[in-house]
Amino acid sequence: MIEWIKTSLTRRALFGAALATGASAKVSGNAKHHGKMTTVGVVDDVRNGFNPHEMLTDWDTGTASKRTDGRTVREFAITAIDHEIEIAPNLHFAAWTYNGRVPGPTLRVTEGDIVRVEFTNHGSHAHNIHFHGIHSAAMDGLPGIGEVEPGESFVYEFEALPFGCHLYHCHSMPLSRHVHKGLYGAFIIDPDPARHLELEDVARSRLLGSTENGHWQELLMVMNAFDVNFDEDNEVYAVNSIAHAFSKTPIKIDRKRPVRVYLINLTEFDPINSFHLHANFFQYFDHGTTLTATSTRIDTVMQCQGQRGILEFSFADHEPGKYMFHAHQTEFAEQGWTGFFDVT
Amino acid sequence: MRSTKLWLYGLILIAAVLSILLVMRALDTMLPGVQLPPAIGELTVERVDIVPEGFVAKIRANSQEPMQIAQVMVDSAYWVFAQSPPGPLSRGAGAMVTINFPWVAGDAHHLKFVTSVGETFEHTIDIALETPSLSIRSLRNYALLGILVGLLPVALGMLSFPILNTLGTHGLEFILAVTVGLLAYLFIDMTFDGLEIAARASSMFGGQLLVFVPLLLTLAALQSLSQRSSSSDNGTRIAILIALGIGLHNLGEGLAIGASFAVNKAAMGAFLVVGFTLHNITEGVGIVAPLVNKKPRRRFLCLLALIAGLPVVPGLWLGAYSFAPHWAAIYFGVGAGAIAQVVVEIDRFFRTRPDSQFANTRFSHTSVAGYCAGVSLMYATALLISV
Repeated sequence: MIEWIKTSLTRRALFGAALATGASAKVSGNAKHHGKMTTVGVVDDVRNGFNPHEMLTDWDTGTASKRTDGRTVREFAITAIDHEIEIAPNLHFAAWTYNGRVPGPTLRVTEGDIVRVEFTNHGSHAHNIHFHGIHSAAMDGLPGIGEVEPGESFVYEFEALPFGCHLYHCHSMPLSRHVHKGLYGAFIIDPDPARHLELEDVARSRLLGSTENGHWQELLMVMNAFDVNFDEDNEVYAVNSIAHAFSKTPIKIDRKRPVRVYLINLTEFDPINSFHLHANFFQYFDHGTTLTATSTRIDTVMQCQGQRGILEFSFADHEPGKYMFHAHQTEFAEQGWTGFFDVT
Repeated sequence: MRSTKLWLYGLILIAAVLSILLVMRALDTMLPGVQLPPAIGELTVERVDIVPEGFVAKIRANSQEPMQIAQVMVDSAYWVFAQSPPGPLSRGAGAMVTINFPWVAGDAHHLKFVTSVGETFEHTIDIALETPSLSIRSLRNYALLGILVGLLPVALGMLSFPILNTLGTHGLEFILAVTVGLLAYLFIDMTFDGLEIAARASSMFGGQLLVFVPLLLTLAALQSLSQRSSSSDNGTRIAILIALGIGLHNLGEGLAIGASFAVNKAAMGAFLVVGFTLHNITEGVGIVAPLVNKKPRRRFLCLLALIAGLPVVPGLWLGAYSFAPHWAAIYFGVGAGAIAQVVVEIDRFFRTRPDSQFANTRFSHTSVAGYCAGVSLMYATALLISV
């Protein structure tokens, strides 16, 4: 007998409350049949201290200087800070951040540069920075190697190699907690055209600041997610941390100019994430470490945790309009990882 | 003089309690090391209405800090929702959350409420079917159903009265014991139904205490009332009490059936009606058992049938259209308490009184067989209902 009450309590007629009383609780008309699948409200970018749209093109080239041997030295200052961020409207996450933002600053250097990163820890736990790239063991950023206690600092220094789309993240233990709390960022090494004479034009188009590169519309997309209730399953998925940021405000694309996306997967708990482009196909350079595409004509690419690559595509022959992109894990797409290119 | 001193003493006690509270409050701010752990909130989904456009959920918050619903997921996807009244929910506050959603008839759907601090609360809709809307027509249909499965079977059972009148002392002893067994069954049924519902109410209301406190209070109150009117020496009063107890139980049964009909569990409808009818026929027999060898007026018998059988109708209405789990749990506690008191009353009236023809038969073979028969009969007919 009680079974019926159970089911009834879950789905029953509450005639009065919903339909008769609350006017604002009344189901409104326009979305009568499908409603609207998105988050409700607006995220306070100012309070967060970062904006997912600005992050798309916010390249940090550091402070450059010439060494006596002619090498370019690029110096960066990165500070770990505990900082609560709003990852979906009204939904707050007690993040650990590099420079108060998730993802951290997008470091962009040229192949062969000397990279010097002064890391200061103002967080509540010991942290470090582990760069994906080629460097000595002493610069690897691991527990006990370049790890920084709260209030202390350390300088990482290495030559930027190899060129490609890389990342950095905290490698303190427990690793999953330090990563999913927000300690990660992009580390992009542009190819030096002088070292790639056979494909010099291609290399030049990738080199930030060159005329050829200026023709491209380059975007940084860090696929990430947040486990807000700490059940080792993410509740919010996004690119650059804020759920639905690019579906609520599409990314403007000039269809006369080609698009290059630096795509990095820093999702915790889910082994893979993916990027799917609607109505178009792209070339894909896995890890960005080659100047010829590793996949030449695909519309979906998947990346495991920590994997990354470069996507190149063009809307030159397309009608203007809104073209969707999203994770093709529909669950991720429906929990925030969906966006649009507004092609004009 | 003495009473003045007592008053003063009482006031001092109250002042002492208040000062302890004040000191504790001060300690809370003075000693940063002694602080309450961050509160883990609780959100209860008391019910979900399924309308063509989507879901309307009645939620209730239970957390130390006001709880803000940040987002709502349906089947692992964020959906636009409206909350009324909007804003953070303080402890015990309720709200309606409306979600436009293209639900699929017959499928299960999962709601997940995400709070501003990242707590999540889930609720599953096992089978999505539109909640029937309230209308004169549906009220009338439920009333007809209630009369059919509640009132008529009770009346039918009561029509066994002439047969009971022909039974000898042993026969009556048996039937009376059947009635006690039947009531004992209803007591257990109602208590456990109440406990199950209490588990679905916000724990703020005290959980299982929602059933046991009203149960004990009702039992105590009715017991004290019956002590005062113990001069009555015929079975009439006992018959009324039995009818009342059964009526309370039938209202609870009505709630349950109304709820199941509201979600169109039509497949169990036929079983339900048969089982419920048999159940209530048994109850009708129990009501007239204490009237044997009396000459009750016909109008009085009709009244008993109405008291015992008719509550199914308001039960169905409430079950089909509205009730909050905490109120339902309290109701089941009251009902169980009333039934328990009837059992005590029957025992006292028939077996304790030295002039009763059933004196000292409490554990006779006939009586024990009757108890067993009563419980078994109710159990067997209940099996039909809960298929």
